[in-house]
Amino acid sequence: MIDFSRGRKVKFYYNDKVIEAYEGESVLAALYAIGYRVFSYSPDGERPRGAFCMIGKCSSCLSMVNGVPNTRICIEPVREGLRVYSQKGFPEVPKVEEVVEAETIVLKPDVLVIGGGPAGLQASLTLAEYGLKVVLVDEHFKLGGQLVKQTHRFFGAKKFYGGIRGFNIASKLSREVMDNENIEVFLRAYAYGIFKNGYVGVAVRGEKPLNLLVRPKAIVAGVGASEKMIMFENNDLPGVMGAGGAQTLMNEYGIKPGERALVIGAGNVGLIIAYQLLQAGVKVHGIAEIMPKIGGWFVHAAKVRRYGVKIYTRHTITKAIGRDRVEKAEIAMVDEHFQPIPGSEKVFDTDLVLLAVGLQPNYAFFSQAGAVMKYIPELGGLVPLRTKYLETSVENLYVAGDASGIEEATTAFIEGEIAALSIAIKLGAGNNKTIKKREELLDYLWNEYRKSPVVMRACQGKLKATVSEEEMEKIRRGELDGI
Amino acid sequence: MGFKETGIITYEELVEKQLIPPKERLEKGPIAIAECPEEIPCNICVNACPFHAIKMDKIYEIPRIDPEKCIGCGVCVPQCPGLAIFVIDLSKPDKAYITLPYEFLPAPKKGDKVTLLNRAGEPIGEGIIVKAWQYDKTWAVTIEVPKEKWFEVRSIWIQRK
Repeated sequence: MIDFSRGRKVKFYYNDKVIEAYEGESVLAALYAIGYRVFSYSPDGERPRGAFCMIGKCSSCLSMVNGVPNTRICIEPVREGLRVYSQKGFPEVPKVEEVVEAETIVLKPDVLVIGGGPAGLQASLTLAEYGLKVVLVDEHFKLGGQLVKQTHRFFGAKKFYGGIRGFNIASKLSREVMDNENIEVFLRAYAYGIFKNGYVGVAVRGEKPLNLLVRPKAIVAGVGASEKMIMFENNDLPGVMGAGGAQTLMNEYGIKPGERALVIGAGNVGLIIAYQLLQAGVKVHGIAEIMPKIGGWFVHAAKVRRYGVKIYTRHTITKAIGRDRVEKAEIAMVDEHFQPIPGSEKVFDTDLVLLAVGLQPNYAFFSQAGAVMKYIPELGGLVPLRTKYLETSVENLYVAGDASGIEEATTAFIEGEIAALSIAIKLGAGNNKTIKKREELLDYLWNEYRKSPVVMRACQGKLKATVSEEEMEKIRRGELDGI
Repeated sequence: MGFKETGIITYEELVEKQLIPPKERLEKGPIAIAECPEEIPCNICVNACPFHAIKMDKIYEIPRIDPEKCIGCGVCVPQCPGLAIFVIDLSKPDKAYITLPYEFLPAPKKGDKVTLLNRAGEPIGEGIIVKAWQYDKTWAVTIEVPKEKWFEVRSIWIQRK
């Protein structure tokens, strides 16, 4: 599906050993490719931890990079001469003379877009079309969010890139964003909070660290989601990995994540990862799904079934087995209370346990901003309340994409565009046509796309998170809690 | 157990969803069958068909293939994001011809011997590739199979060292 082109060869150091890597890789990917599986230890230094999310969200790969402790090496690009040390237990505080002073830059764009995934890219391009100046920040060293690892051709309407493979959509939109003179992009840039007078702090990492103080008229936060974890014995053993983590290895870097896999969760993510594993030549023992039915779309299930992958419904993982990495994994059938039934266990020889047990919206930015949040199980967790135009209870702070509740990339594009159009209208950059365009999009989103029975649950969740503009005014004035 | 429990759709379920063309039409010549029984929000096949043979009013509807308009060209086969469309040709006396999507290595080529797999991935015989072409890295592979296996065969492994 993918043509990999390796970058220039570079050398860096890992625990003083010379490591050869290719430019464009993350430190973690380069280490994984040559056989490293342990990337950190539990705080007591006893239990080895492997790679898990590989998108800079979990803490499994915290390492010392050029003297800076607790650096996530999954989003740290390899560079010539980089010095990386693994950490065991709590790291030492770096010596003061090694610290590089960050330059502070104040920016006053029309809009700050946080997150360069489908929602953020679409929002940025739409805003730029209206002549608005956009600052786009993303904590990764490349744009695209999770689109970059989607190899299947997208479902849905052509207008929202239906029929194009995810990674191709990512490169198309990233290119358009980079070439757009109304959009200024900062990569490796982490928006850590919103402060007095509407300044957003953004820390830009790298050889020349920057402290951006961005004061926009409006913000679109398309900050995405993180993979969920479930409880079972040895769930921290290296080899237990988020499904997205394995996708990162295979589809972004062309690295085979293991030899024999067991997938947990038969939602779309679990079904798709199983198919991609087969394509990468990994044996897939099966997919365990705790519910009585396959959660994902039938077409994705059929794709793996016809290559012999079994789907064990009413089954869950009970333990991972192994010393320093996964060697075996045990699943068991569950009763109607989702408790494992003794005697029903099955053990597989496996070096990979891939968790596809759902995603959780990244809520930290909204919580810090003081947005009224609501816990909505159908959406994967805590999300900000918003109007149908996607404005939260913090005025001029908009939410779009998975951060607004877990759905599809297609809806992330649509939400990104709705948020952008709403901002254009509010800032006076739009006209009647803009309003009409937004109404058409809202109509398509709510009255067509979300009317599909397979997305009903998410649609119900989105309804619960959406309040009218009058209600939002009351919430802002404190007359209504909205929850 | 239905297809949402097993991941395998039966003939009866496809008939119930009106996804199997009439018998007479099947025997006449190649025609596409979309094994797409859920109302998912996708209409790629509608735009892919050069003969406007696939109908869908709302994006989440089940695709309806017009048996008169569809000529079984197979253009939709590698374009379907769900890899759910197959072209079946039952017009020849002893053999059936199935065009199916394929996204594995090695790349298929005419004359390759293949292991035929059913919807559960179980080997159910051997076939031969009579045609293979690709669209954006997904192959559409036409295989010759024993006629009675036309409904069972839904994927292949290529036998090549």
